[in-house]
Amino acid sequence: MSSDPRITATDRHEAEHACLRRYWRTNLAVVAVLLAIWAFVGLGCGVLLADRLNEFRLPGTGYPLGFWFAQQGSIATFVLIVLAYCLIMNRVDRRHHDELARLRAGTPASESSSR
Amino acid sequence: MTLQGWTFLFVGLTFGLYLAIAWWSRVRDTGGFYVAGRGVPAAANGMATASDWMSAASFISMAGLIATMGYAGGVYLMGWTGGYVLLALLLAPALRKFGHFTVPDFVGDRYESNLARLVAVVCALFVSFTYVAGQMRGVGVVFSRFLEVDIDVGVGIGVAIVFVYATLGGMKGITWTQVAQYWVLITAFLIPAIAISIRLTGEPLPQLGLGAELLAADGTASGVFLLDKLDSITQELGFSRYTEAFTGPWDRTNVLLVALALMLGTAGLPHVIVRFYTVKNVKAARWSGFWAILFIALLYLTAPATAAFARTFMIESLNGRTAEQLPSWYENWSKTGLIAWVDDGDGVIRYSAGEDNEIFRMGTMNPAEFAERIASHQRWIDTRGAEGVDARIGLRDQGLSGPDRDIIVLATPEMAELANWIVALVAAGGLAAALSTASGLLLVVSSSVAHDLYYRVLKPEATEAQRLRIGRGTIGVAVVVAGLFGIYPPGYVSQVVAFAFGLAASSFFPVLVLGIFSKRVGTLPAVCGMVAGLGFTAFYIVGTVFFGMERWTFGLFPNGINPQGIGVFGAALNFAITLGLTPLCRPPSESVRRLVDAVREPEGAGAAVAIETAPDH
Repeated sequence: MSSDPRITATDRHEAEHACLRRYWRTNLAVVAVLLAIWAFVGLGCGVLLADRLNEFRLPGTGYPLGFWFAQQGSIATFVLIVLAYCLIMNRVDRRHHDELARLRAGTPASESSSR
Repeated sequence: MTLQGWTFLFVGLTFGLYLAIAWWSRVRDTGGFYVAGRGVPAAANGMATASDWMSAASFISMAGLIATMGYAGGVYLMGWTGGYVLLALLLAPALRKFGHFTVPDFVGDRYESNLARLVAVVCALFVSFTYVAGQMRGVGVVFSRFLEVDIDVGVGIGVAIVFVYATLGGMKGITWTQVAQYWVLITAFLIPAIAISIRLTGEPLPQLGLGAELLAADGTASGVFLLDKLDSITQELGFSRYTEAFTGPWDRTNVLLVALALMLGTAGLPHVIVRFYTVKNVKAARWSGFWAILFIALLYLTAPATAAFARTFMIESLNGRTAEQLPSWYENWSKTGLIAWVDDGDGVIRYSAGEDNEIFRMGTMNPAEFAERIASHQRWIDTRGAEGVDARIGLRDQGLSGPDRDIIVLATPEMAELANWIVALVAAGGLAAALSTASGLLLVVSSSVAHDLYYRVLKPEATEAQRLRIGRGTIGVAVVVAGLFGIYPPGYVSQVVAFAFGLAASSFFPVLVLGIFSKRVGTLPAVCGMVAGLGFTAFYIVGTVFFGMERWTFGLFPNGINPQGIGVFGAALNFAITLGLTPLCRPPSESVRRLVDAVREPEGAGAAVAIETAPDH
């Protein structure tokens, strides 16, 4: 813990902590949504529903749909999931970085810890 | 030029390239040795990760597995890539931020326990050696078919190459060699697939070709989809329909369990996780994760097409042929024992799922014994059953029906009668895939021993020079051990690989996830969970695979649980025990909570690394 007696320093420490907690919650939400898609497409369409989806075809091709999900669709979706994660989280990181920079530049502590 | 000439040319050129890179990137300190000085650009790291990831199993065996299994082969595609998503989303950024050298390091520091560290070291060593054995076998197969040198000599050459660039360059040498190896292996995989796709369907993209109509003899669309054709011929011969979901032992439960176990296990593979330590910061770790899965997907989306093309060729070029009509690829490959025609006496080949099947493989049998059986079978035919033994019955009972799956990728270009240089390129690609993964794994072995065991546990006062020497020494010993595995392959490689994924799923994955996502989980629950998950999984796999234990059904799954899928239950048990014990045990210390905060905080990568050198922090 900080041994600095000045209140502003402790406040700033608190504010930084709150900032990290917000960042982490955003991260959890993003990961939860993306993993839900991961599970639905990979385990859902690719495995659990595969026999039912196999009754249909991917339009215009000879692929039975369940087979297509298991051997093509799921992998393509996984690539897009990682891309989405990368774009979203790098943006969230940048916002987090700006927020921390403002805190450290000495924005009044009361303002940032009031959230 | 002959096939052998082309092969010598390609293999010689690529090996020369790897050695040149090793010389250019030799290192002098442990940072460079273990994590390439943390200065590898994201896209290059993505390529290195991809070739590290894609082993001889992905390059040589996976398409063969899919060709044999049809729909159910998708478990490997989904399992290995889906696990990568878990790794990239849940573990990679935080582990990069943690910024040490190895996975056991994170486990040891996060749970403040050398016992946890040791369990992690043992897991890492086991997983790595299991994997390496498979790579070296791949090297042996390629050498024995394409260069017609003795397998022992082939493995010896492979070992020598890896030894040079791994000890000289460490992670830096390995990383840049892997980048080169990625290009070699992906070119070698895509060119034949594209050529065959054009020949069969007229579509240049194999992914479109797989879903397209076959070309008729005159080059126009025949109106019959490739997959429909494949479904009907597989059904005719008594196999299950190629695209049909859930056949035989691969019921819905087992497909789900095996896919999930491979996913969880993949996310815990130590040699892939360390790749994320080699980039500059958290942002670069994410981008390199994306590049890696993109580069991996190039091969994984093509493999199903190669598989279906190969299955079609295999059946059409063998079934119903006579000895005079045997294709030349059969002649070449029957020498390796990966495929063998055992006739019933009528001189016509039958390749089917029934008792009249005449296509077999040697498997892990002793070559002399196999030759003896074939000779005895020939006597049986010549004397019309008076002497000798019908080899088909014995082979069938031993589960050796059908060609070896390793033949599919390596022989497909020959089946499609592609040019010699393409066939030779595939040989170089197979070697690149095997060597790149082997070197990544050997580095894990070396860092586990030299860093986690020697430096962190046995001799914390060791100097930089001593550690580097131990690291180089271990990698040298490990390469030689791996080479011995290649020359005397353990007969149970494929079962043991399932073991590796199961262990990684039931041990590493839960501790890593909980270590990052919970601040409350302390030492004792984590160690108990890890030991319980590991013990349970090992018990089931060893029991069912080696001691003939009945597969468990829990009264719910009529086919029993595939040992490859048991890791899911092991991981669940690990999570349950860890989370169940947590409220009863002491929470971790303040410094661990700070460590967890630090790995979650994306800012200031590098600062977190210093946490161990600042005990007052």
